[in-house]
Amino acid sequence: MGQITLQGVQKSFGPVHIIKGADLEIADGSFVVFVGPSGCGKTTLLRLIAGLEDVSGGKILIDGKNVVDTPPAKRGLSMVFQSYALYPHMSVRGNIGFGLKMAGLPKDEINRKVEAAAATLNLTPYLDRKPRELSGGQRQRVAIGRAIVREPKAFLFDEPLSNLDAALRVQMRIEVTRLQKQLGTTAIYVTHDQVEAMTMADKIVVLNGGKIEQYGSPLELYERPANLFVAGFIGSPRMNFVTGEPALQKGAATIGVRPEHLKIERDGGGGWQGTIAVAEHLGSDTFLYVDAGALGMLTARYIGELSLHAGDRVSLMPDPARIHRFDESGNALRG
Amino acid sequence: MATRQTQLLARSLLTPAVGLLFIWMIVPLALTIYFSTLHYSLLDPGSESFVGLENFRYFLTDPAFLASLQNTLVLVGSVLALTILLGVPLALLMDQPVIGRNFVRLMVIAPFFVMPTVSALVWKNLLMHPVSGLFAWLASLFGLTPIDWFNDVPLLAVILIVTWQWLPFATLILLTALQSLDEEQKEAAEMDGASAVSTFIYITLPHLARPITVVILIETIFLLTVFAEIFVTTGGGPGLQTTNIAFLIYSQALIQFDVGSASAGGLVAVVIANIVAFFLVRIVGRNLEA
Repeated sequence: MGQITLQGVQKSFGPVHIIKGADLEIADGSFVVFVGPSGCGKTTLLRLIAGLEDVSGGKILIDGKNVVDTPPAKRGLSMVFQSYALYPHMSVRGNIGFGLKMAGLPKDEINRKVEAAAATLNLTPYLDRKPRELSGGQRQRVAIGRAIVREPKAFLFDEPLSNLDAALRVQMRIEVTRLQKQLGTTAIYVTHDQVEAMTMADKIVVLNGGKIEQYGSPLELYERPANLFVAGFIGSPRMNFVTGEPALQKGAATIGVRPEHLKIERDGGGGWQGTIAVAEHLGSDTFLYVDAGALGMLTARYIGELSLHAGDRVSLMPDPARIHRFDESGNALRG
Repeated sequence: MATRQTQLLARSLLTPAVGLLFIWMIVPLALTIYFSTLHYSLLDPGSESFVGLENFRYFLTDPAFLASLQNTLVLVGSVLALTILLGVPLALLMDQPVIGRNFVRLMVIAPFFVMPTVSALVWKNLLMHPVSGLFAWLASLFGLTPIDWFNDVPLLAVILIVTWQWLPFATLILLTALQSLDEEQKEAAEMDGASAVSTFIYITLPHLARPITVVILIETIFLLTVFAEIFVTTGGGPGLQTTNIAFLIYSQALIQFDVGSASAGGLVAVVIANIVAFFLVRIVGRNLEA
């Protein structure tokens, strides 16, 4: 079991409020990603749950029990750190088994569990190596091994993939997701990368300035962002925002259209006119950055190859069903 | 980066410095070797004559030699042990966030900046003096007989003085090492359920292995040649109780005016230092490998 509930959790360092009251229900076995720009409090929130920081107010319930006064080791959680925080003088075996050793388990049981964890993560050939003799991806797996071996109620990941190169990051992303599904253990994962959030999460928590902006499944966030911040943060390239006349016509202060929901036509069509400033041809996609005069810069995405180039004039036609409307304070208007 | 031209340039620019250092080293060494083969007494100038290895035989068979060798090893070993055993907890304390931390650090480092002669005088006259010293006063407060440090336990007294001087060095090196210990590692250990003691044993102490090695190696170099503290406080006595190799060589040269056997002693000291260094590197040097 690993159901985690936050009730009005607050954290301040002196006069600075980092977390301004967070309420959250994390279901057992789900994969929840905290995402937001740097300094939004996502790591602090994770550390509060881990017990590495004390809350300034509110409750953290794990399986219904308030743990705010429980030391980290007694909360039954395990954590994977950004720097991996492997113990450099211990072998892989020692690293993975350290928590069990501290818990006072007998040696043969520790060995059995360490070897099982190592087998799950393809680390068996490296058990007697030191961390410095491993590659980045292997170190990452050792850190994960250290987390899974204790059979925790939940895993906490603090930007674990940010030190890996792009290709390895994609591979580890899939491995972590698969492992979590296989073990069925609750996971909380912190990242600033919205692609990681979208691909890994069952549910995403978008944080900004110490507040939870929205909590929902990836597609919910993509299709129905609650406000301008979430709309701009989720999705890549980011959503185009248009104010002024076109927005007023829709009865909103701002309207947003995702680049993939702009229909691209050569000059002369309806919609918004502009000149291509930059065209990026990726083969699978074409991204156009269009200078649309008073409307500002707009980004349009075309799936596949489109032979348009910088300087060409185009018109962009928003898909009327996919226009997001926001009021003056940035909240989404529905209906 | 290092093309042939830059290598040539680097070498030619380095040559004067290296050459000067080489002359600086080789001239005294050659002279010492030369003197060590002479009968060379300052009391009888002009009578120098070649005596082969006689000076070495004289120095090595002198009963004072074995006594001073033992004193040297006891002194070095004790000071090393004390500075490490006291330095680690001190460094741990100074790593804690306390009010006035910078001031505390400055005060702890202060003894290192005091000249050995001065600190020896302070210890001799203000602290350990059997009549007017602070320790004597403290002892009398509790109704105890004051210890006459330099007569009753002279080697221990010297060890304490030298330890006081070198403790700041050890503490400082260990403190900087502690500050480089990854905070996330300690947190990982905390998540793993390690107590403060276990964290110290399994995380902090292994992290300190390398700085401790550095402290041992550097201190050994200087502790083998402790001289001023002994000269100022006990003059090597009573008897030979605080005579180490360095002081023995001094007494050969400038008390007995026998330059020949002092030179031989100097060369013996070089050999001993190399033997000690060899064993030290064997024992603790592997901590320095990547």
